[in-house]
Amino acid sequence: MPNTSTKRSYGGWIFLTLTLIAYALLGLLKPQAATQAFNLFAHVITQVLPVLGLVFLLLLAANLLLKPKRIKRYLGKGSGLKGWSIAIVGGVFSVGSIYPWYAMLSELQKKGMRTELIAAFLYSRAIKLPLLPLMIHYFGAIYTLVLCLYLIVFSIINGILVEKLTKPTCYKK
Amino acid sequence: MLTNSFLINSFKKTIHTFINVIPIIIGMLLLTSLIISVFQQQITAGLFGNGDLPDTLLGASIGGIAAGHPLASYLLGGEMLTGGVSLIAVTALVVSWVTVGIAQLPAEAMMLGWRFAVYRNIISFIASVAIAFITIHTLQFFGLV
Repeated sequence: MPNTSTKRSYGGWIFLTLTLIAYALLGLLKPQAATQAFNLFAHVITQVLPVLGLVFLLLLAANLLLKPKRIKRYLGKGSGLKGWSIAIVGGVFSVGSIYPWYAMLSELQKKGMRTELIAAFLYSRAIKLPLLPLMIHYFGAIYTLVLCLYLIVFSIINGILVEKLTKPTCYKK
Repeated sequence: MLTNSFLINSFKKTIHTFINVIPIIIGMLLLTSLIISVFQQQITAGLFGNGDLPDTLLGASIGGIAAGHPLASYLLGGEMLTGGVSLIAVTALVVSWVTVGIAQLPAEAMMLGWRFAVYRNIISFIASVAIAFITIHTLQFFGLV
């Protein structure tokens, strides 16, 4: 996982504080609506809490097993079917903020990584392994499975189209 | 071979990541509960509820503009479903949330080139609409929704 993803971030806490302020204001203006909203929150949080335990375990597994350097090594030299596979699997397993991955892909682009593989990597990041339990919780296992399969197929289509459309001038000097 | 210090370090990293994610989860749950409770009628009968294609385009647009944690899209999408928004529109929102990045576009363009970033985002937006339709129609074809 890129180091930046583990930095202390206060954005979430600021967001939570602002939301609580919105509740307080609503409580003053429309107490009944605030109570109704809070009851809905209480109902949802009891359903989500057990799933968060699983999310924690998957995040731990990702931290233990996956390193950007390892993914970079295989992506940088990838080509053909192997390159596609590595790009898509790498994207699926890449966790954390997108920005360090942009930097890594930019470096690989300079070293000759194919544009289509960069696009496929970025698209396949849509499959968030640690968050799959929550997706299943909200939308069901079959839905999640079908959606993930299409996301993989479209990561290839996306890669091919981006390569074709950007071919002449896409590489930075 | 996993050493003790590596295990401890990974555990600490996970805790830090989790601590960063928790307020987002709770905040999004609180906010979506508030939105659903206060604006339920407007969501189901106002913004959405204009047919599959307009709803899907709207869902994809909201997802593309939103810059929050991907988890937020599941929570918001789940609550929108409860509120009566169609699964196709919610799917477009969830997919475009993680594949289209208007907020990240400048950073992506600076590092990977403007042409690449713009084309990739346009294609991803169209793909999010296509995936939404294909996913739901696949599920309907097999009688799973």
